[in-house]
Amino acid sequence: MHIELTALPGVKAVLRNRWWQFVLTLTTLAVFILAIVSGSVGTPVGSRNFAIVFVWILWWALLILLAVPFLGRAWCSICPIPAPGEWAQRGAILKPPVSNRARPLRRWAARWRNIWLQNAMFLLVALFSIVILTQPAVTSLVLLALLLLAIGVSLVYERRTFCRYLCPVGGFIGLYAQLSPLELRVKDTSICATHAEKLCYTGSAQGYGCPWMVFPAALKVNTNCGLCMECLRTCSLDNIAVNIRPIGDDLQRIGIGRMDEAYKAFIMLGSALVYVFVLLGPWGWLKRLAYSVGTLPWLGYALGFLLVLLVALPGLFALAVWLGNHLAKARGSLRRSFVTYAYSLIPLSLSAWIAFTLAFVFANLSYVWGVISDPLGVGWNLLGTADWGWQPYLTSLTPYLVSLVLMIGLVWSANHVAYLARQQLSPARALRQALPVIGYCLVYTLTLMGVLIL
Amino acid sequence: MVHRTCPSIRQPFVNKNLSIAGMFLFLGLLTLWVPLPAAARSPQDRFIRVEASSFAYEPGVITVQKGARVTLELHSRDVVHGLFIDGYGLETRAAPGESNRLTFIADRSGIFWIRCSVTCGALHPFMLGKLKVIEPGFALRPLALTVVLASAVLLLPLSTLAQQHKSIKRDK
Repeated sequence: MHIELTALPGVKAVLRNRWWQFVLTLTTLAVFILAIVSGSVGTPVGSRNFAIVFVWILWWALLILLAVPFLGRAWCSICPIPAPGEWAQRGAILKPPVSNRARPLRRWAARWRNIWLQNAMFLLVALFSIVILTQPAVTSLVLLALLLLAIGVSLVYERRTFCRYLCPVGGFIGLYAQLSPLELRVKDTSICATHAEKLCYTGSAQGYGCPWMVFPAALKVNTNCGLCMECLRTCSLDNIAVNIRPIGDDLQRIGIGRMDEAYKAFIMLGSALVYVFVLLGPWGWLKRLAYSVGTLPWLGYALGFLLVLLVALPGLFALAVWLGNHLAKARGSLRRSFVTYAYSLIPLSLSAWIAFTLAFVFANLSYVWGVISDPLGVGWNLLGTADWGWQPYLTSLTPYLVSLVLMIGLVWSANHVAYLARQQLSPARALRQALPVIGYCLVYTLTLMGVLIL
Repeated sequence: MVHRTCPSIRQPFVNKNLSIAGMFLFLGLLTLWVPLPAAARSPQDRFIRVEASSFAYEPGVITVQKGARVTLELHSRDVVHGLFIDGYGLETRAAPGESNRLTFIADRSGIFWIRCSVTCGALHPFMLGKLKVIEPGFALRPLALTVVLASAVLLLPLSTLAQQHKSIKRDK
């Protein structure tokens, strides 16, 4: 069942209007710049610094608990990181293009038109994340580096190449956007097939050609749709719709999938697992190890981190898939089965990230009041809230929410494994194929529960 | 990317399985949080010395019987640390070289995070421990949870497969 939001009175006009998006982007950009400044010149105490509190507590909570599960890539449409580069590339901030002849820019190399580099960028940030998310100066440096990289890439390469192929955040948002109940799709692909101009891709006086380099008629899943609404503005045939749909709809349209996206699922699954152990476990030595960047013990941690994410979890999963194939006497390559079934881990890994976030965000949310009044940590009290002390919120409720979220992720993933197996096999064989993979999901969930709530 | 089409078995099973999933989620929560019968013997009082240093407590996991009168004596080895118990809302703090006590009746069973309540360094928000307030049979909870979840992830796919099978037969 799909509900076309753009068919509702007023919604389409609002979505076509550039102002709301511009104002929101400008707001996030202002906050982003304040975070860079605060991180570099403000107090080094993380819980009193705007950069740490706004980026790693408030923004992260909004992203993982609300934006990603319910709105897909909506964050990307107001993200401050690519905005200055995009404005520079277009030579305009708000106005649509006067002509379709934009300055010719390079296309991203064909061999890198995937998310392997995004995976690498995420791993790079993740390896240092214990330092990044606790030291304001390092957070500031990372944000500035991302901003400069996005500007540089936008000046050399076409459209939103940075967002599509490099952004460490964009990779996992795209993966989880497949679960979102919000989608942008073409109403009737046959109309697009006979439309010679393809304004949604080339652009018009009404708007820019798809910044994400996607031809909307070919859009089957949410992964690469940035919900920027440019195609809604440019389509002269009123053939673009924004829909509410059943959650997880894309998972049933993936087909055989891609190895880079499959590995993204393992990277997200593994990083959630490691962070739960390191940050939320009671083991002080593990926290100190992850924090001691540059030392020999930290190299051991980094190696262990990469081994868990890139070898152990995918390796055990491959074993489970192989066992399933063997039990079900299924034909076809292990590689293909591995990639196909890896997509069923997306709900499980999102639930792990939500559980991780729930476990620390509410306990630390009250730091927001202090930094709003004193964003640089220099003794201001702009709103009179600078002296509000630490106050954990909802911590009595958190274990229940964490349990519920982890169980929903497990059940969802297990159900999808069975669905995928049944696509190819008879019921009895499908069950044999699915069981080892379901067992893998169960062990993962119980491991997380063991640290978080048991 | 190949788009595999099998529209007849796409959606219906999701809705039909929701009630089964809901039941298992409820059972899962029940195994974790349902109150257990009180102990026949009255629990003993407990005195526990807790050493805080960046960024952990020693012991990291404190286990006491439900109903026990518990005294935690907090010592700090380096900087000022706090000790806040989720669920109980109790707090104390200690500077290096001094100690403070927190005495309470452990009248709520469950597992509660212990958090540092005084900014103590970079990893302060993640300075955590656990208080386990247990009842007779408490150790069975993880086992019961495993059984419930294992049943859920076995029965739900079975239901999905059965419904997909019916759907395919109906289409034929």
